[in-house]
Amino acid sequence: MELNRSTNETGGEFAATRLDYVVDMVKKHGINWARRNSLWPMPFATACCGIELMATGASRYDVARFGSEAMRFTPRQCDLLICAGRVVMKMLPVLQKIYIQMTEPKWVISMGACASTGGVFDTYAVVQGIDQFVPVDVYVPGCPPRPETLIEGIMAVQRIVAEDGVKTSKERGRGLGLVVQPPRQPVQLGTGFEQ
Amino acid sequence: MATADAVQALQERFPDLGIEPRPLMRYLNGKPSDQLWVRVPADRLLEVLTFLRDDERTKFEALADLGGIDYLNYPDAEDRFAVIYNLLSHTHGHRLWVKVFVNDPDPEIPSATSVWKGAEWPEREVFDMFGIRFPGHPDLRRILMPQNFVDYPLRKDYPLHGKGEREAFEVLTRDSA
Repeated sequence: MELNRSTNETGGEFAATRLDYVVDMVKKHGINWARRNSLWPMPFATACCGIELMATGASRYDVARFGSEAMRFTPRQCDLLICAGRVVMKMLPVLQKIYIQMTEPKWVISMGACASTGGVFDTYAVVQGIDQFVPVDVYVPGCPPRPETLIEGIMAVQRIVAEDGVKTSKERGRGLGLVVQPPRQPVQLGTGFEQ
Repeated sequence: MATADAVQALQERFPDLGIEPRPLMRYLNGKPSDQLWVRVPADRLLEVLTFLRDDERTKFEALADLGGIDYLNYPDAEDRFAVIYNLLSHTHGHRLWVKVFVNDPDPEIPSATSVWKGAEWPEREVFDMFGIRFPGHPDLRRILMPQNFVDYPLRKDYPLHGKGEREAFEVLTRDSA
């Protein structure tokens, strides 16, 4: 009996502390503080950018540190469309249908040169930039972009969410026109076996 | 048994076609390749292919590949299109290329699906890319391009950037979706 009571008390104190913290942060930063740290990406991976997207989600780069690790393969559960790779004219209606099916509010990252401009694939079948037909919030350059660059793109979406995330995408107009810069300093990666 | 024996059997069976084997290519030192191709008229094609599949000396059980060529603006070309059948014999271990030439308008070649089942999808691809029809094909639809596409994109007179098909989509805005 005594043991049970003490457990309850400890748990209660813990919960109250955490709740106070959350309430404080929401008072301070608005509901966007919670929303921007819980983006659910829809991985629309059609080419080699998809491999970098997988690397971003895996343990080495670990996009879970930014609250975006819950990738779902149904647009109904997502609010961040990451278009990774070239889109051909047979695939564009699929991309548009996925964008329509995503819940509000929603954001779009155009990842890599092909999704943004068509890249080297300047042929009859490849759409020269998905932003002609789908509203894009953040363009991530690279061929393909490194995971650091994609993470910077997700952080750019977080900055957009922090500014006007609670509004629906209809209210906030056509994006903020942010472009992600690649890291200035080359990132030194170890082999993982250093002493 | 080499490819030359298969060609000889073909010449003995079809003396009226005037079949003459030609090397598929020449190496840089001028030496001809030992891989051979033969030219066959379109109206006798199925007869020849069935013979090549069934005869003991040829025995081409497999159609390894089937593709199209557009010879528009090609030097010394007499015909507009060609369809190439790449035949492979597992029994004898030899190959033979059979070329059929066709011309505008309405290029047509009898379908090889009755000889090799595997010709179905390559013939759909040739139809999709070059507009060559294959009478006798069970299901001649486009295989790569969308069904509402009207042109044949691998023809040489089709522009590399297309005729605006890649821009012809509904624009989704934040207000509309």
